[in-house]
Amino acid sequence: MLLFLMASGLTVIFSMMGVLNFAHAGFYMLGAFFGFEISRRIGFWPGLIIAPILVGLIGMAVERYGLRHVHRHGHVAELLFTFGLTYVIQQVVEMVWGKLPVDYEVPPSLNFTAFTVFATEYPAFKLFELLISVTIFLVLLVVIKRTRIGLVVQAALSHPGMVSMLGHNVDRVFMLVFGVGVALAAVAGVIAGPALVTQSNMAGLLGPILFVVVVVGGLGSLGGAFVASLLIGLLQTFAVASNASLAGLFGGYTFAGTLATYLSDIWNVTVAQVAPILPYLLLVLILIFRPRGLMGTRET
Amino acid sequence: MKKFALAAAALSMLGLSVMPALSAEGTLKLAYVDPLSGGGASIGQLGLNQLRFIAERINAKGGVDGQKLEIVPFDNQVNPQTSLVQVQKAIDQGIRIIVQGNGSSVAVAIEDFLRKYNRRNPDHNVVQLNYAAIDPVLTNEKCSYWHFAWDAAVNIKLEALTNYLKAQKDVKKVYLIDQDYSFGHSVAETTVKMLKEKRPDVEIVGNEFHPLVKVTDFSPYVAKIKASGADTVVTGNWGQDLALLIKAAGDAGLKVKWYTFYAGGAGGPTAVKQASLSGQVFQITEGINNIDYAPAKDVIKAYIKAYPKEPVYFPRIFNMTGMLFKAIKEAKSSDPAKFAPKLEGMKYKTFSSGEEGFMRADDHQFFQPLYISTLQPVDTKAEFDEENTGWGWKEVAQVPVKDTITETTCKMKRPK
Repeated sequence: MLLFLMASGLTVIFSMMGVLNFAHAGFYMLGAFFGFEISRRIGFWPGLIIAPILVGLIGMAVERYGLRHVHRHGHVAELLFTFGLTYVIQQVVEMVWGKLPVDYEVPPSLNFTAFTVFATEYPAFKLFELLISVTIFLVLLVVIKRTRIGLVVQAALSHPGMVSMLGHNVDRVFMLVFGVGVALAAVAGVIAGPALVTQSNMAGLLGPILFVVVVVGGLGSLGGAFVASLLIGLLQTFAVASNASLAGLFGGYTFAGTLATYLSDIWNVTVAQVAPILPYLLLVLILIFRPRGLMGTRET
Repeated sequence: MKKFALAAAALSMLGLSVMPALSAEGTLKLAYVDPLSGGGASIGQLGLNQLRFIAERINAKGGVDGQKLEIVPFDNQVNPQTSLVQVQKAIDQGIRIIVQGNGSSVAVAIEDFLRKYNRRNPDHNVVQLNYAAIDPVLTNEKCSYWHFAWDAAVNIKLEALTNYLKAQKDVKKVYLIDQDYSFGHSVAETTVKMLKEKRPDVEIVGNEFHPLVKVTDFSPYVAKIKASGADTVVTGNWGQDLALLIKAAGDAGLKVKWYTFYAGGAGGPTAVKQASLSGQVFQITEGINNIDYAPAKDVIKAYIKAYPKEPVYFPRIFNMTGMLFKAIKEAKSSDPAKFAPKLEGMKYKTFSSGEEGFMRADDHQFFQPLYISTLQPVDTKAEFDEENTGWGWKEVAQVPVKDTITETTCKMKRPK
């Protein structure tokens, strides 16, 4: 579900502004470190509120003083700009917090077992992650589809001239949208920090899978991102549990020996062994058979 | 005129950059080729800090054999190809001692490279000091005269560990989980083989491989371990693959004993504490901070003062540099061709406990007492904790040098 939180911010920024934000994972990492710093001083809950706001403000500043100028030069310039930004964020984090992981803990109020399935305990903190994700999904959906703000934001992308004629400040709308998108990444960071390892390379680790979610779900589709993140989570989990391999599947047939010699490299590899790679396979399949993603509207 | 001024400026800059190289005649330079950016940066930085700390102390005492010691870092990003470029760069700067640790693939690449280099340049040999790469091929099939290893290789550590497990009657069902690459496979294979010999009654209930540094959620793996009914897990995982695995186990309430190589690595102790697995996670290493040995304690205290955030993770770096300096002094030369023979067979009192280890001449592998220790809350006034968690390593067992010795298949080619 963390994947969805991250992907939702990216999707919002993309669908509203047409900007593919490569630095998104970087802002997620900033969220985690801000959350750590704040929770160390005044507790986890204030951190959950303050950290995203701070990161959102930084995002807005980046949009106002950086991205807006780059925007004029087209998509390639934007991509390069956000790409460079990831390195800047990484360096800043390394300078401030060092390269070693920090001790970011689950708040005591959520540090208990929620329920037990098949003798495996399910921690309350994960349930909390799930709740936050679903809430944010619903709120975003309602805001974009059902309110005036959503209407203005959507119109600002396709007809910026018209919207500004109607008295809306398009630049400011863009700035706010970018800020909100980035803040969403930071929320994900704050709640991912205690669950994963908070260190200076966490952005790089989550970056690629994030784009898989967004592309599989369909660029710019919020619902798509939601479905895709669920799908990928389930795919990985069930794949890990499966011990099937080519040897197991065809081992009983008479031609097994021939096959085994030809496919010796992958003959005994189990599904579990390749589980974390499967999402990328899914990405390739989606790009071949349905390039606009599961629920995308944009033709790519 | 402008052109002239520019040329003059450029020339003077050149002059400036050439100057230190010339005046550095009297310094002993060590090239540190390890990751300083990207995923392995945290561990690479630890080693660099420790080397720098040693250099400062040695220089304050007048250096090595009258020469000042200088550590020159080269970032290899744990990539064998990049490492070779960096090694070449170090050689071009006149450095003849290469220190490298992380990544057996990198170590093997450098070993091959230096073997060829030294054959072509018999009057300008370069030596490789390996403090952490522990794939057994380094000192067996691929062994080289110019390579010295200070960490115990996989088969040595497992020999020691299984000798210990032999006596642990509560170990009945063992689960193996490792990273899917050469190192992980060699850990799994060797463990299975040695357990079969020493504890035939033990059942291996799982032998899992997962991709290297790609998994973010280990809870399905933990559920599998739980379902298998295992009471013990042996894993060679390191870095975040270990931290996330341990955290997932804590979350799921999995109660097993963990035998690891690298639970002491960056982020490991933090993860163990967060999972509140007190006394359940073990590691096998060549030393820990909490051994009651006064000379080591003083050094560790001084180190923590200089680097308060970072623990002493590599006691073997102290062994390595100590032996190197001793060899240079005995040979009265920092030419690898002259001091390498002094290292062969050298006996040395190890940093952590003062017990004697030795550098086997047959394969250039250092043999030393190994320690099995477990992480638990400690009294931070009297003992050392890790990563400021309030938890520290406690010795569970010491494996004496004689119980760590394994055979080697190395047929070393010595220079004439």
